[in-house]
Amino acid sequence: MEISRNWRLKNQRYRLEGTTCTCGYKSFPPRRICPRCKENPQSVSQFMGTGRVYSHTTVYEAPTGFEDYVPYSVALVKLDEGPMISAQLTDIEPEEVTIGLRVEMVTRKLREQGDTGLIIYGYKFRPVLG
Amino acid sequence: MRAVAVAGVGQVKVREHWDTSLRDLAYQSIKEAVKDAGVDHVDALYVGNMLAGELSGQEHLGALISDYCGFNGIEAFRAEAASASGGAALRQGFLSVASGVQDYVVVCGVEQMTDVLPDKVTSGVSLAVDTEYELASGISLTALFAMLTQRYLHEGSCTRKDLAAFCVNAQKNGAGNEYAMFRRETTAEFILKSPVVADPIRALECPPVCDGSASVVLAPLEEVECDTPVLITGSAAATDTIGLDNRKDLLVFNSVKESTRKALIMAGKTLEGIDFYEPHDLFPIVAALSLEASGFARKGEGALLARNGDIALDGKIPITTMGGCKARGNPGGASSIYQAVEAALQLRQKAGANQIECEAGMIQCIGGTAATAITHVLEVS
Amino acid sequence: MKPNQDVGIVGYGVYLPRYRIKTSEIARVWGRDTRAVPIQEKSVPGPDEDAVTIGIEAARNALKRGRVSPEEIAAVWAGSESKPYAVKPSSTIIAEALDATPHVDAADLEFACKAGTEAMQACFALVASGMGKYGLALGVDTAQGRPADALEYTAAAGGAAFLIGRKEESLAFLEASHSYVSDTPDFFRREHTKYPVHGSRFTGGPSYFHHVVQCATELMQNIGLTVDDYDYAVFHQPNAKFPMTAARMLKIPVEKISPGFVVQYVGNTYSGSSLLGLAATLDTAHPGERILCVSYGSGAGSDAFSFVVTDEIEERRDLAPRVDVYIERKKEIDYAVYSRFRKKLVM
Repeated sequence: MEISRNWRLKNQRYRLEGTTCTCGYKSFPPRRICPRCKENPQSVSQFMGTGRVYSHTTVYEAPTGFEDYVPYSVALVKLDEGPMISAQLTDIEPEEVTIGLRVEMVTRKLREQGDTGLIIYGYKFRPVLG
Repeated sequence: MRAVAVAGVGQVKVREHWDTSLRDLAYQSIKEAVKDAGVDHVDALYVGNMLAGELSGQEHLGALISDYCGFNGIEAFRAEAASASGGAALRQGFLSVASGVQDYVVVCGVEQMTDVLPDKVTSGVSLAVDTEYELASGISLTALFAMLTQRYLHEGSCTRKDLAAFCVNAQKNGAGNEYAMFRRETTAEFILKSPVVADPIRALECPPVCDGSASVVLAPLEEVECDTPVLITGSAAATDTIGLDNRKDLLVFNSVKESTRKALIMAGKTLEGIDFYEPHDLFPIVAALSLEASGFARKGEGALLARNGDIALDGKIPITTMGGCKARGNPGGASSIYQAVEAALQLRQKAGANQIECEAGMIQCIGGTAATAITHVLEVS
Repeated sequence: MKPNQDVGIVGYGVYLPRYRIKTSEIARVWGRDTRAVPIQEKSVPGPDEDAVTIGIEAARNALKRGRVSPEEIAAVWAGSESKPYAVKPSSTIIAEALDATPHVDAADLEFACKAGTEAMQACFALVASGMGKYGLALGVDTAQGRPADALEYTAAAGGAAFLIGRKEESLAFLEASHSYVSDTPDFFRREHTKYPVHGSRFTGGPSYFHHVVQCATELMQNIGLTVDDYDYAVFHQPNAKFPMTAARMLKIPVEKISPGFVVQYVGNTYSGSSLLGLAATLDTAHPGERILCVSYGSGAGSDAFSFVVTDEIEERRDLAPRVDVYIERKKEIDYAVYSRFRKKLVM
């Protein structure tokens, strides 16, 4: 059931916690070694969750655990702070997604481990509200 | 380092082998390769396989297959690099012979994917991505390639039809290869009408779920009795970030660039000296970006080579000469060894209907979204 | 009940899912008169939403309006009758998502539709006692109605979060609160059953109306005020009729309940209902105005609060989306998609 594995990921999943290097380079997922200057350690930092769609697709053949949600849109989102993140999109129809769309992070159910297992929550992105 | 020759090749037709187990698939291609090499013993076995643990519930393939093939007690283990597992095993075999540590080495690529239902295959191949940050959001390997395709079309001047042309070319070549899974030609229109799998990738652009096995026997050149032996003269592997989202430029396969560069240096060749290229055409976008990263096309123009027919057998740089992943098939870790077998057949002038004039070819496989790339140069001496 | 120290609402936030189903569509499927429906449409949670995700967004909005740092929150108390886990607190997930952990109290509360105001009562006490600087109260639900049942027309999804703190930081401060409770089984659900039992007309007179009217009346008596002293009134909204009847019984003119009257467009968000109405009222109220807020939870009881809006409201109201923004953000679905989303299809 991967209880501890999912538990280890909650800061990243709930709050977009990544890392920042002393050189200023920001990473998500969090890293120990800066990809730019190879320095370590890195300090923990939280991303605001706003950004733009860099690319997207709609999944019709889902991997195990996601069949109930088909079709769903996913995207590569370029966060305002710099890093690129891979995530599902929500609250939007597939045909409405465009490259360049401004999106914001929300916390939603990623999937459920059946009827008896964990409910895994995490980040998704939706068109900016209001 | 000793010169390494491909002493023997063997392959099994790529199809849904309902009636053949993993170990039997391996046995069949190994038996053929050993017979072709005419060696009386084997010193080591390296297995290229991606998902036996996930899909067959079986790990420890080195010992399993060595035992089943009667190779009493030899060195044997599996190499894994997602879909580049075969390439990793080939590299291991090459290094073992080149270094002088082993003489006759079997490299066997084998994959049995049809024993499970489709969603398990989708999940299985997606283990090659960053599972905690890509797959965890329901983003499969196909979805990642689909997003690359979207961005490629958005940034460049290539069209959807140009990309489909890679499949048309592959299927045309598959028709001339008796070991290929798909042996019928097709058109871009027909491909683009098939159901959407992950927008914009269509079902007929996806490699089939299939089973197969291909093997080569490697030996030091001095041990091989042959007029024009095929040699592996270049071998290199490189990696990139595991997550596609962490790449410097998502449309540049740095692993392909690096491994190509190093393999060519080792072989003492330039791209001009390469007569054919077997990229890991999992999807048209992979073929396009591989052509660009290895240097055959400028950035953004990989698909133009498909549009212009440069990739055809009679073109400037023939690719997927025996059908590639699309038509010959993509049995996971075995694909790279099929590439090696096909390259050897081309160089031996034994490619039948698909024969091209050649003295050197480059084969290449990638793992995941090109987080790994393993390239080999083969040529006749 | 009057606290020893002055406390109030420092921030508030809401969330509504974007899907809506028209009640006429529900009526159509079950062969009923499509005109005789209790409200216009109701909100439906998407497949990736539940009481926890609703709570997280509502809470984030409350923190934005409150301009409060999450580590200063002393308690996260979430009221719901549709907790995703029967055993495992929603409040810890919400607290974690807000970065309020680990130095925080967290607990889930249940009292049918008044679990949210329960949490609010407790937060006022926590802050007034000096035990904590801020308390976060949530009322969130994704209520399910049995197909074809009367409740199916109104059972909706949504919620609100109220960040409670000291008066000086509040955009509305608390004058007093009151609770009125009895063992009245008007609506209940046994542990392993999927849908609740609804007591039909018993849910009216002896239940909703008795507790709401008594609670409101006693609160006003306790603080020496009358309905004329109030600019607004918010009642629990299980349907369009009940709150209007309660207003009439208390002699409150209907204009005063208008700003907080959202059930027509949203449905009954259960623990979120009166809090959503309170939020909608705060979205447009002016400094100095007085609000009466009365919740109702089956089982049964009411909490009543008397708030006065402060000057802070003008500056902070728009730091997060208003209730209107969520109401107007909508995508209509039909009964088939609704059945799929609400997992009413047996697979």
